[in-house]
Amino acid sequence: MTKNPGSGLKARDFATDQDVRWCPGCGDYAILKQVQAAVAELGKEKHETVFISGIGCSSRFPYYMDTYGMHSIHGRATAISSGLRAVRDDLSIWVVTGDGDSLSIGGNHLIHLLRRNFDLNILLFNNEIYGLTKGQYSPTSPEGLVTKSSPYGVLDHPFNPIALALGADASFVARVLDRDPKHLKDELIRADQHKGASFVEIYQNCPVFNDGAFNSMTDKDSKKDNTMFLEHGKPLIFGAQMNKGIKLDGFKPVIVDLEEGASTDELWIHDENDKIKATILASFFEDPSSEGALPRPFGVFYQNDRRTYEHALNEQMSEALEHKGEGDLDALLRGNSTWEIS
Amino acid sequence: MTKEVLQKKEVTILFAGDSGDGMQLTGNQFTNTNALFGNDVSTFPDFPAEIRAPQGTVAGVSGFQLNFGSVDVFTPGDACDVLVVMNAAALKANLQKLKKGGIIIANAAGFDHRNMTLSGYEFNPLEDGSLEEFDLHEVDVTSLTREALKESELDRKSIDRCKNMFVLGFLYWMYSRKLDNTIKFIEDKFSGKQHLIDANVKVLKTGYHYGDTSETFTSRFEVKKAVLPAGTYRSIMGNQATAYGIVAASKKSGLEVFYGSYPITPASDILHELSKHKNFGVKTYQAEDEIAAVCAAIGASFGGSLGVTASSGPGIALKTEAIGLATILEIPLLVINVQRGGPSTGLPTKTEQSDLMQALYGRNGEAQIPVIASQSPSDCFETVYEATRIAIEHMTPVMFLSDGYLANGAEPWAFPQSKDLKEIKPNFAKPLENKDEKYLPYKRDERLVRDWAIPGMKGLQHRIGGLEKENETGNVSYDPANHEFMVKTRAEKIEKISEFIPKQKLEQGTLGSKVLVLGWGSTYGSIRMAVTQLLDDGHSVAQMHVKYLNPFPSNLEEMLKSFDTIIMPEINDKQFYHVIRSKFMIDAIPLSKIKGLPFTSAEIYEFVKPYCS
Repeated sequence: MTKNPGSGLKARDFATDQDVRWCPGCGDYAILKQVQAAVAELGKEKHETVFISGIGCSSRFPYYMDTYGMHSIHGRATAISSGLRAVRDDLSIWVVTGDGDSLSIGGNHLIHLLRRNFDLNILLFNNEIYGLTKGQYSPTSPEGLVTKSSPYGVLDHPFNPIALALGADASFVARVLDRDPKHLKDELIRADQHKGASFVEIYQNCPVFNDGAFNSMTDKDSKKDNTMFLEHGKPLIFGAQMNKGIKLDGFKPVIVDLEEGASTDELWIHDENDKIKATILASFFEDPSSEGALPRPFGVFYQNDRRTYEHALNEQMSEALEHKGEGDLDALLRGNSTWEIS
Repeated sequence: MTKEVLQKKEVTILFAGDSGDGMQLTGNQFTNTNALFGNDVSTFPDFPAEIRAPQGTVAGVSGFQLNFGSVDVFTPGDACDVLVVMNAAALKANLQKLKKGGIIIANAAGFDHRNMTLSGYEFNPLEDGSLEEFDLHEVDVTSLTREALKESELDRKSIDRCKNMFVLGFLYWMYSRKLDNTIKFIEDKFSGKQHLIDANVKVLKTGYHYGDTSETFTSRFEVKKAVLPAGTYRSIMGNQATAYGIVAASKKSGLEVFYGSYPITPASDILHELSKHKNFGVKTYQAEDEIAAVCAAIGASFGGSLGVTASSGPGIALKTEAIGLATILEIPLLVINVQRGGPSTGLPTKTEQSDLMQALYGRNGEAQIPVIASQSPSDCFETVYEATRIAIEHMTPVMFLSDGYLANGAEPWAFPQSKDLKEIKPNFAKPLENKDEKYLPYKRDERLVRDWAIPGMKGLQHRIGGLEKENETGNVSYDPANHEFMVKTRAEKIEKISEFIPKQKLEQGTLGSKVLVLGWGSTYGSIRMAVTQLLDDGHSVAQMHVKYLNPFPSNLEEMLKSFDTIIMPEINDKQFYHVIRSKFMIDAIPLSKIKGLPFTSAEIYEFVKPYCS
């Protein structure tokens, strides 16, 4: 990514004078830092950038970005930013939301935004818990999790956010980790460059109410065996020594050992434009540390350039203008049949 | 054969039939033709709740009532002079609305055994003498239509669909009207389908000639032109006027409209109308739900457009939290409530004024917003324009109240010229003068209105949100004194709008009269006619109609206190009565009607009369 010479702004220029008030050790700090870096690198001016959030810990985000921003109401950031995008195709718009905000109370707006394909970036901070309300289970909490509102364990089956986004026909779907800053920043930049709705799930550790939820994917000892980083056109390889690969047996993904005779030629080559394969990748969702489990994929699962809603809308507007001419208010009020009374 | 022509000042006709019989179209055509002729008109469509309720049943009856006259007409009429019924169910559902001695025109084919059974008649009312006190005319519309089109290539079903044109043609004969307007309408509607044009025009003319030649009717009627104020008129329906008002406010303010909406009866026609006017820069957005509709409108307003959302009571309930957000954000937002019978799903196709309390108080926390109500179909234009002006100029959500009766009713409208409409000036922020200055999003002018900095304005970037904010900076603040200050400041901002709205006036009568009939919203026409009649009787009575329901005009209290007795008719259970009572300590007399129907003027007249003497 070459630096855009446009703004000349640095990451710190995007910080505000407000004290950041997340708990010490919260994954949100790392994400904030990378978002500021990514936005600086993307080269948009502060006044051309908008952050919109709903409610939750992550939704404090706009207060810490020296751009235009709105901290709205629970679950509705997606709906509000849809309206903003419909009238303003010149801005860079970022939606900051959490697993409760966008998958529970705002689930409906999320899927409709994705199917409509407004050009904006959705950052879903997934910590698998309700943090702001102090520790209830969320729609991504694993079954059995003991929380304040589930002392005998969670009964709900969790959402798989990547599969949900693909199911709603999202045109850009990626997953990243708060503890992998370089990768996080790179994917944020790609998300913004994608023309259409970009859905980025960010695994974010909540050190207070759900500490270590993603440890198996972030701890030094286990992460290489439990995670796999997707790169377009490259084979699916993972493992401590990059010694394991994934191949497809029909539609069934199978782990092969590259040290025991398997060749990279037979491996699954990642194709970001292949929706069916993206769907299979999304199903790599069991606990990756369990015996024989598939690794958890990170990176861009899927992207394609599909018509954006605002583009189609503006096209319709111009066509109407072309066919009917600029609206004449007096002609509209007069209508087709009038009569005189003298 | 020469037939007698009787002069009438005012006539009320009710067309009723199956919801598939085309009664709404027939009524609308008859209305337009009379309006074009120069009568004053007022209409009231009465739809069944189901799109196609079982044919032939009372539940499936669709009605269209219109009142037209050579005198001022303010309501669709109390009792009907003429009842046109296409089947037995339509008669059963509407007979009680017909005046004694009134005319019934009944489609004989709609009174066969099957129709009798479906509508629950044991004996045929056309034959059993039960309609003796009325002037009954049986016409076999179905067979006459089939006969007229026996040479047509149309199938039986399509032929039967033309029968409303027979009725329309017949009524045109009865009231000495020309067919031109409807023929032009048919040609436009079926443009490119010549066989349908031919068939409909043929049946229309057959109906007209039937009146002339049949022995059934010995007289026809004439309703002369009304004496309306001079000007150019058109016919307009309430929802259409609402849509036009929004377009006009957009043009005059220079703001593009973003209309976020979710389909709901009786508000959907505003969406339908606005979606046609993209060349005016109007963006319509059919959202996934009511909440998304209002939120998208808020997002659009944040982006510098005029955000508008509309619904009816149940949808407004869903939007409530977001309206509270717009209140604390202090951004322009127009919220339209086309009220219907409630609570819950209530009576979707029936009218009611029962969301006044919801409009005034229906948000969590202290969240005052201006509330304005329209009083007639054409008045929706001016009133929604005012609501929009206030939203834009005072940086606040505004609730505009209409209702099902206004939404679907029609009347003549002396439409304004765009140059005569009030200016609307958005309160856009100006660039900062020096680079080190910090933008203060919640700094206010003398009206307590903040300015409007939209994304893209350089150097004015700022954050707003639903959390309580510090005065001027807008930063999150939990400071107790600041919260109280901000709550009171936001309320005072709304209160101050009373300095920017017209003073309250009397509609009829004089200050200090013995009785005041005080109303708001769609009861205007019925109250108007009742008070006119009371004044004609020589009583000391006046009429006042309040459009600005929050804040009130500054002179309202003083005016109200000049009357001995105040009577308050409302299509709800005393909501405005409670507001007036608590605000001004005035012990008014309520007159409630909660039947999903408008008042007749007779109901108001009879109620008020004893208090006048």
